[in-house]
Amino acid sequence: MSKYLNFIAEKNQVRYLTITVFFLIFSFFWIYPLLWVLSASLKTDFEIWGGLGLIPDKLIWENFERAWFGANMGRYFFNTLIITVVSVVIVVITTGMFGYVIGRYAFPGKKILIGILIATIFIPQGYTIIPVFDLLTDLKISKNLIGLTIATAGHTPVIYILLFAGYFSRIPVELEEAAKMDGAGFIRTFIMIMLPLTKPVVATVSILQVLHAWNDFLLPVVITLGNPDIRTLSVGVYAFKGEYFVDWSGMAAASVITILPIIILFLFMQKYFVEGVQGAVKG
Amino acid sequence: MNKKSLSQQIYEARWCYLFVLPCSILTGMFVLYPIGMSWYFSLLDWSGFTKDAKFIGLQNYAEAINDPFFWNAFSRSFIFMFGTVPVKIILGFVIAVFLNNQVLKLSPFFRTIIFMPVVTAIAIIGIVMTFIFSPFNGPANKFLMATNLTSGPIDFLGNPDTVLPTVMGVYVWKWLGITMMYWLAALQTVPQDVYDAAKIDGAQGYRLWIHIILPIVLPFAIVIILVEAVSALNVFPLIETMTAGGPFFSSEVMEVYIFRTAFVTDAGTMPRLGYACAAGVFWGVAVLFITALQGFWMRRTRRI
Repeated sequence: MSKYLNFIAEKNQVRYLTITVFFLIFSFFWIYPLLWVLSASLKTDFEIWGGLGLIPDKLIWENFERAWFGANMGRYFFNTLIITVVSVVIVVITTGMFGYVIGRYAFPGKKILIGILIATIFIPQGYTIIPVFDLLTDLKISKNLIGLTIATAGHTPVIYILLFAGYFSRIPVELEEAAKMDGAGFIRTFIMIMLPLTKPVVATVSILQVLHAWNDFLLPVVITLGNPDIRTLSVGVYAFKGEYFVDWSGMAAASVITILPIIILFLFMQKYFVEGVQGAVKG
Repeated sequence: MNKKSLSQQIYEARWCYLFVLPCSILTGMFVLYPIGMSWYFSLLDWSGFTKDAKFIGLQNYAEAINDPFFWNAFSRSFIFMFGTVPVKIILGFVIAVFLNNQVLKLSPFFRTIIFMPVVTAIAIIGIVMTFIFSPFNGPANKFLMATNLTSGPIDFLGNPDTVLPTVMGVYVWKWLGITMMYWLAALQTVPQDVYDAAKIDGAQGYRLWIHIILPIVLPFAIVIILVEAVSALNVFPLIETMTAGGPFFSSEVMEVYIFRTAFVTDAGTMPRLGYACAAGVFWGVAVLFITALQGFWMRRTRRI
């Protein structure tokens, strides 16, 4: 027996087909804006505004060349890549360590720590952005990628901690005791035995952080206001809109450069995206 | 077992403290410290770019509550929330109910498509949507005119009357996939035997839903509403990139207002970080208050 509720009976062909066709049409309209920008990135400016069709007459790859070199998207791509990768590493290590002790150990002050963390979930980002900008300026890291990377990693860990803590708390105690008998210390037990067991959570947390870091806008737009060199892709496309307002096809190409890597990642690792998203309400 | 003294407990847990340290430092630096500092900044007359900041007490707050733009942005944020959250909750639920059927062969494909906008960078969505809704041959207007739904192009983002509903529609489109996933998670907790038992008892159609399934997914609904409500108040990237609050401030929500007063200024005037912080503090407290109310409501409902 499946755990799903089936109310579309297999025998009722008409109902089945109606629902399928409806969702097919719905899906097409749903995804049309994304298909539109993909097709616009390969069209001429004239053709973009010519009709609703999605197939370009001739593929204009020069649009990507113009965006990558002319509008500096190449540089922004690598900025974004560095920020994303480094912040994923920082986030996985720090929230993994935190979740490990929260999930498996009792120690004085634990409840207070959890309480503070839960309270921070609902702080709007707009509320903290100005002091963050000021803090990075005071630390003299507001003009390079270091500051932006650390700030990106520092902003959203609560759900990750809960995911780690939940998973760690379900690992049997015997494993740890066996490790202790073998003479493994606290850190070695964590790195050699515990962390490898949590691969699914590491994957989920990494994916969520990739999504967050790659797509973040408010933080990078504020931090890079005076430093175009450290812009991320999102900020770059936004600036592109201001600077080269009439280069529609170039802007579409820049947009595709920004969104395509994440869409591809999503298509291949969908399971982890879904688990990460659903973790927020299951907990 | 005899109880150990506190210092002994702390000593024994020394590794635990070491392990919570890195994450605590980051959270302290980028979440807790900024909250504290924004309270302090809000009491200053300060541009943010020079060192000369003057302590002016609550004057920023007084100015904010006397600024009609502030209150317009404030209420617009809530209009945005009340206009989008119910739509997302209901539409997400309906879609989840359909796609939860395993019999539907293409269900995973539809899920992927509906979730796709969620993984797309929000700033890019905002920019692409300015094309889609352009009054000059934009695809939305082309479609409406080709199907004779309108006679002339609609300036979706240039007209103060249509701009907010359009942005709200885009917001629902962008994030509906998440709501759908929440509901799917909720629906999958309904045990099959509950469903089978109900069927044997003769519960069918809407009665099955109202009496059996809704009570089981209701606790989820409350969490989903809470999460959705808070995220509907954080819409800066979408609005900034789609309209920057325009035309004539008619889509300016609270976060855009804060950003504008803090960083974007008309020629010749200085940005006002102190004032923006006061607006931010006011806003943060309002959001926390609403969250606390909802949290209270959630606990009460769950106890029953």
